[in-house]
This record gives sequence, structure tokens and C-alpha cells, in this order.
Amino acid sequence: MKQKTVAAVGAAETTELGRIPNMSVIQLHADAALNALADCGLKPSDIDGVATAGLGPTELAYYLGITPTWADGTSVGGCSFMLHVRHAAAAINEGLCKTVLITHGESGRSRVGAGGGFRGGGGGASLPGQFEAPYGPVGPPSMFTIPVMRYLKTRGYTVEDLANVCVIQREWAARNPRASMRDPITVDDVLNARMIAYPFTLLMCCLVTDGGGAIVLTSAERAKDFPTKPVYIIGTGESVETPMVSQMEDFNSSKAFRVSGKKAFDEAGISRADVDHLMIYDAFAHLPLYGLEDLGFCKPGEAAGFIRERNTAPASSLGNIGKLPLNTNGGGLSYMHSGMYGMYAMQESLRQLRGVAAAQVPGAKISVSHGVGGMFGASGTVIWSNEAP
Amino acid sequence: MDRVLPEPTPETQHFWDGCKAGELLLQRCTDCTKSYFPPRPFCPKCGSRKVEVYQASGKGVLWSYVINHRPRPDMGTEPHSIAVVKLEEGPQMMTNIVGCPQTPEALQLDMPVQVKFEDFGRITLPLFTPAGA
Repeated sequence: MKQKTVAAVGAAETTELGRIPNMSVIQLHADAALNALADCGLKPSDIDGVATAGLGPTELAYYLGITPTWADGTSVGGCSFMLHVRHAAAAINEGLCKTVLITHGESGRSRVGAGGGFRGGGGGASLPGQFEAPYGPVGPPSMFTIPVMRYLKTRGYTVEDLANVCVIQREWAARNPRASMRDPITVDDVLNARMIAYPFTLLMCCLVTDGGGAIVLTSAERAKDFPTKPVYIIGTGESVETPMVSQMEDFNSSKAFRVSGKKAFDEAGISRADVDHLMIYDAFAHLPLYGLEDLGFCKPGEAAGFIRERNTAPASSLGNIGKLPLNTNGGGLSYMHSGMYGMYAMQESLRQLRGVAAAQVPGAKISVSHGVGGMFGASGTVIWSNEAP
Repeated sequence: MDRVLPEPTPETQHFWDGCKAGELLLQRCTDCTKSYFPPRPFCPKCGSRKVEVYQASGKGVLWSYVINHRPRPDMGTEPHSIAVVKLEEGPQMMTNIVGCPQTPEALQLDMPVQVKFEDFGRITLPLFTPAGA
């Protein structure tokens, strides 16, 4: 798609994050949606395109009182919202609709009205049901982690390298009042935490919390008339690989990451060095390492050192802010993780480019939001810019 | 609690029948010769429907694993491996490594493993043990 033809004009999360026992899933979508609409001065009736995952777009539109001319229910896991942004931009450019609302809501912790949500796998007759489930996996902590022993061996990384990802993201979370986990941690704290699925301890696994988020997109032309600072889309990508982590082509690299990332960077026409701020969906500690390599920010084998040398870290007594601030909200490991975290990665990119983030990266102009769906099953990438076309 | 077991489909029945008979069956394309798994009646590499079922050696190496410390009720109470083996013929397969301590010391990447069929009633699962164990 052409750069800077579509912009985010509204963006917000649910009023509360973390533990929200008084709100069902559909209301978490609505709470975030109303906040995002208020952010840009719109009413539900101003929306003519809707996209969501977990919940169906029909339920969303009905509940909010929207009559859309375009709807997208792409549901490929936690990066679905990146794909929605991409599809919505194409739809707006094609004239299928003018103003799109993308929502997420999930009662991951409280499980209130949580019938929906992303369900990878299916029943006993599905491929994962036949060829993975019989061997005892208990959700993502013992599935998404399966390739990692091979990855550590191939790259020469250690479990300390995994732990270090968690430590530095906690440093970012400490600067964010809305983050669920803000107390500083050390590599030893991470390694000595309760073992979940060797080599992964509890602190290497994402949180399970309640929340939601919503984004309003419109054409760059119309964006100028909104009260908010527009954030323009300059590149997008998406791909899918496999519903079974055991069948990943390469345990050291995600094909979906590589394809999605390359597509987005080719479209944006920028180099990796042009990126001021990066969000990589971190369901587990290894995701930022794979992401840095598969998106081309680090050569294979250099991502762990890149993080260890504080290139992604905030300013502290140990030095200045790193050259590539990463997961500056604290990420799924420390900020929040409802189940489909991709929406929160984009919310932080948008806050950074509007200049209103809790841990603001000074002068950030280009941000990348990169998401994963399922367990290396799918991927979506959005590259944003706050510079007017 | 009974083990969670697969429900075979028309495309996969032969594989589960093979396990019941003590044979690890893979498929390969007779056009491009690629071996593949899981089963389907066409080649995922070239799309050809000219494929055949054959008996694999049952040998491979431990490719990657976790040791799950929160076992599902049907998996007992002790930490156990959830592993992927790379078969001699090429494909990767999820399984459990059995017949050895479920520890990082005993579960060395790239160690040779061999299939060991375990009967769970209506289904027999292909588990793996260290070769020679």
C-alpha cells in the first residue's frame, strides 16, 4: 500500500488494566472502544468499519450500535490486530469504508464472560489434537517454549540470556504506573523463580491479566481534521506458518516473522537504523530474541548480546537510553498480557509517537509494532510514523 | 484420568493403524521424493497427489524439548518431557522421551532416539527412548 495514506487518529486502552472482575469480555471491548472514540471526538455512529478478534465483528458492531459497510474478523491469535490494521488500511484506500474501529478485550485473569478468545488447535481430530495434544502440553508455557533448547544451542545463548530479557523489560515497566509488575528483578530472581517448563521459569512467562484496547483509523486526508496527533502507517506485513509449533520449518527462526517483517520494511522503504522504537510481542522471554533477528535488527547469534549490552534498555545508573528502546511499556512479561497482546504493543507504539508514553523515548518518529499469533503460527507487522506526508 | 488421545480422520487413520501394529508410517511424494508428516494425501512441498505410505526406521535424534513441571492430570504427577524428535527420514514429530530420567542431564540435544510404541487402548502412541536403552 502507499505510505501515509491512512492514519491512527484514536487510540486507547480500557480505563483499568490488570484485574477487572466487574467487566465481561464484550464490555472490555466496548470500554476500550468508547475511550478510543472519545480520544478522537467520535461517536459509534461515525464508524463505518469494524474489525476484531476473539469476539466476532457482528457482536462488536451490534453491541456498540454500529452499522458497518466493512467488517473483518481475522483471528490468527495475538497479532490479529496488526492484520486488522493492514486490512483496514487497504479497505480505506479502496473506499470500502472511511473510519475503522479495531478493538480487543479479554478477561484473561478474571474469566468474566470469556466464552470467546483465540482457541488454537481445535478438538482431538484437528492436526494439533492428533499430533501434539497427546504428549501433554498445557497451553503456551509448555508449547511455545518447545523450540528454545534447540535455539539456545544453535545460537550459543544461555538461560541467563533469556532471563536478561525479563530483567531489562522490568526496568521499563518500573517507569510505567499502569504496568502490573514494577519491582526490579535480577537474573538470579528470574532463574530461581518457580520452574514452569524447563528451561522456562515463571518470570520468563507472560502475565495473565484483564484488559482491552482500541484503535480508530481513517484516511490521512481526513486525519488532519481530528483533534489528536495523527500517526501514519508507512508499512505493513503479515504471514502464517503452522498451527503446530513442532512443525516449524526452522526452530531457530520464525518464517512468519521473516515474511511479515520484510514485507513491512520493503513497503516502508526504511532501513533498520531508521527505527526509533520497537515493540516485539513477548509472550515468553525468547520472543524478543527471535524478533530482533528475524526482523533484521540483529544478525543471528547477536540478539542476546545486543540486549545484554543495554541497546534496548532505558536510561539508568548503568548508562544512557539504548539506541533501540524495546517493549517500553514493560511488555507482556511485565506490563499486561490478556491473551492476545498485540493490541497493547500497538498502543505503546502510538503513545510513543504521540509523545505521551509513560517512559517516553525522546523524539521518537518511527515505531515498529511486531506481533506473533498462536505459537509462531502467525505474524503481523505495522510500521508507524508521526511525520506528516 | 485417561490419557488425552487423538481422534483419527480419514487422512490419518493409516498412521494410527500403523502405530497399533508397531510400525511408524510416514508418507513421501513419488514426484519430488520428499518425506513429510503429519499425514495428508498430497505432498505439501509440490502439491502432487502421487504419494505413498512407507515404514520409517523409527530412528531419529532429540531435536528440542521442555520438561513440563505442571503435568496435565492425564500425564501423572511428575515433571515430564514434551519433545520434538527429528526423524532419520527428515520430518519432525512431537512426542515424549521415556525410559530415562526426565532431567536436562539425561535429555541431551542430538542424542539418538528410537521409537517405542505405548498402548493406550483404542490408540497406540509413538513415544521415543534413548537409542540402545
